[in-house]
Amino acid sequence: MSYNEMIESGEVRPPYAMLSDWVASMPAEMRQMKQAEAEALFRRIGITFAVYGEGGDPDRLIPFDMVPRVFMQSEWRKLERGIKQRARALNAFLRDVYSRGEIVRAGRIPARLVYENAAYEKAVVGFVPPRGVFSHIVGIDIVRTGRDDFYVLEDNCRTPSGVSYMLENREIMMRMFPGLFRNNRIEPVDQYPELLRRTLASVAPAKCEGAPTIVILTPGHFNSAYYEHSFLANLMGVELVEGSDLFVDGGFVYMRTTQGPKRVDVIYRRIDDPFLDPLCFRKDSMLGVPGLMDVYRSGGVSIASAPGAGVADDKAIYTFVPEMIRFYLGEEPLLQNVQTWTLWKDDDYKYVMANLKDLVVKEVHGSGGYGMLIGPKATKEEIAKFAELIKANPSNYIAQPTLALSTSPTFVAEGIAPRHVDLRPYCLCGDRVELVPGGLTRVALREGSLVVNSSQGGGVKDTWVLTE
Amino acid sequence: MKLKITHETSYSYDTPVEALVQSLRLTPSVHEGQRVCEWHITVSSGQRGVAFRDGAGDWIEGWSVRGPVDTVTVSINGMIETRDTAGVLRGHRETVNPIVYLRDTPATKADEALIRLARSVKGDDALDLSHKLMAAVAEAITYTPGVTEASTSAAEALELGQGVCQDHAHALIACARECGLPARYVSGYLHTSVEGKPHDAAHAWAEIHVGSLGWVGFDAANACCPDERYVRLGSGYDAQDAAPVRGMAFGISVESLDVRVHVEEVQQEQ
Repeated sequence: MSYNEMIESGEVRPPYAMLSDWVASMPAEMRQMKQAEAEALFRRIGITFAVYGEGGDPDRLIPFDMVPRVFMQSEWRKLERGIKQRARALNAFLRDVYSRGEIVRAGRIPARLVYENAAYEKAVVGFVPPRGVFSHIVGIDIVRTGRDDFYVLEDNCRTPSGVSYMLENREIMMRMFPGLFRNNRIEPVDQYPELLRRTLASVAPAKCEGAPTIVILTPGHFNSAYYEHSFLANLMGVELVEGSDLFVDGGFVYMRTTQGPKRVDVIYRRIDDPFLDPLCFRKDSMLGVPGLMDVYRSGGVSIASAPGAGVADDKAIYTFVPEMIRFYLGEEPLLQNVQTWTLWKDDDYKYVMANLKDLVVKEVHGSGGYGMLIGPKATKEEIAKFAELIKANPSNYIAQPTLALSTSPTFVAEGIAPRHVDLRPYCLCGDRVELVPGGLTRVALREGSLVVNSSQGGGVKDTWVLTE
Repeated sequence: MKLKITHETSYSYDTPVEALVQSLRLTPSVHEGQRVCEWHITVSSGQRGVAFRDGAGDWIEGWSVRGPVDTVTVSINGMIETRDTAGVLRGHRETVNPIVYLRDTPATKADEALIRLARSVKGDDALDLSHKLMAAVAEAITYTPGVTEASTSAAEALELGQGVCQDHAHALIACARECGLPARYVSGYLHTSVEGKPHDAAHAWAEIHVGSLGWVGFDAANACCPDERYVRLGSGYDAQDAAPVRGMAFGISVESLDVRVHVEEVQQEQ
């Protein structure tokens, strides 16, 4: 049985009390009208389908469910402490593995998992970015299985996307239902762009003079998250640039402007490491800036997230995050990891192969709900086929129990029904570690489905944190 | 041995380019096997931007050239004092964990033939194994200039059975990694006493990490370990990663390249 976030023991839980009346009092015609209105708004804004780089038809709208997902202040406080703790530990880990590697020397994490990892960047070994921060925006995917049971499903330390949905979902809800926001005391999230700008400004390089110039570096309009790049640039009041708008000259990075070259201090990049600089990484990359890494490594410009940050967030490293929290912070983890079997270990391998029908198996570097097996939902043939894939390359896979994700009330054809949800909050790390009260709630719209990915029938919801 | 090195790399463009940005790994580091007496890098009409030592211990300089320009020449003039350390790299300041160099790249990926070659050799220990791998690669690939290109992979070179120092190094790296030994590509200079072979002066070989000795150089092209005739410039996963010059020009133009390297021994003054 999965945890129902609205109804417990037949009673409506306090955070949903007001919403329950609101839902009940809304006539079906009104609901359909509002749903159409919401869709029209999303279309006008131009917000498109792809979240988390899952691909799919870029012109399709991601379904928006109008029933918000609600957290009490006390629930959120607990989550917030856990999320910030995790973001601190992940950054401490990145600082460590690019310098002395104490956690490896101490035998707390296998050396090969770190140093042979494709996301580990030899080019930045020994370089400490400003304030020692590698991952400036940590997206942590969280699921709930009980009133007090929250688990981290995965960490995203590179360039987690989807935050524009958090902001747009709120904006649209406030436009359509102003009354809801008068009658409920809901923590705001619209300060996020300003907090992000401040966070990026706080990691300006030492060579920066005066107020730092920040840009967002996008691969371009054909990228599935381009909307988000331009949306954030707009809200932060910074330039949105492509690689060809930037150039290196005499030890600094400049942006071409109509008034001539302007020095750039902080680059919030939304392109992957291998494409950042053809003189350091892939030499055929046309998306990056030639010479950028030399400027970066000599402290002439900051890059967020720092090149190499990805080594902290693959599914193999994930199993060691609780260990990182103990090792670097001397604390016990406040948020739990999902039990994970790593298939390169013999015992784990044997167990998983014998229990495939009950487990979820994922690729170590996969994302977007692809390349995975959901045992309980799979046919015998599908399981047999997947077993062959695992046998061919066991170290490419991890397995987890099938989690009973909590449900949140969701509009369906017949009215309202519980549907499974997850949560991605966006933790900001600069001179401070900050978190806006909220995040992106994804919902599996199909009855019984546990897959919240938008490419596979998932939608999004506004996420509320109530004030005391 | 005291070696005087001159190294000129000239880029010519059929139509002038707007600008040029380069990342140069062109400065020998100091270690027990070599001491830098003098070293000058100049880039014609260029401006030196940044300079720093990376985690692998290589000195990197970023240069930019503002155009329009139709020729850019990178010139090296230097004097290095070398010493034979039997190939062992000692006293080289670096912080990269050797395990990083177990990772393969397209140029150094072992195909079935390379795996067979690597497994055909048995050694008493890592050092012995490395020597035998070097000998096996030297035998499998005959030194033949002109048959391979800069983009030729280790697997392709082995199939051809012919190649130059880059191919020998790539093949040896692939085999060593296949045996679980971290290995990397080293670019540098070689002093050859034989006259009339200037192309030999710009050289490349492999380094294999052998337990307590640390990094040891292996030159399969000459079937020996680097000695006092060798000057080490820098390292990487493969030739591209260790390239002494990486650059990009802005503008639509056809580039032609001319490289001249000269290494000569200078008699020590009494």
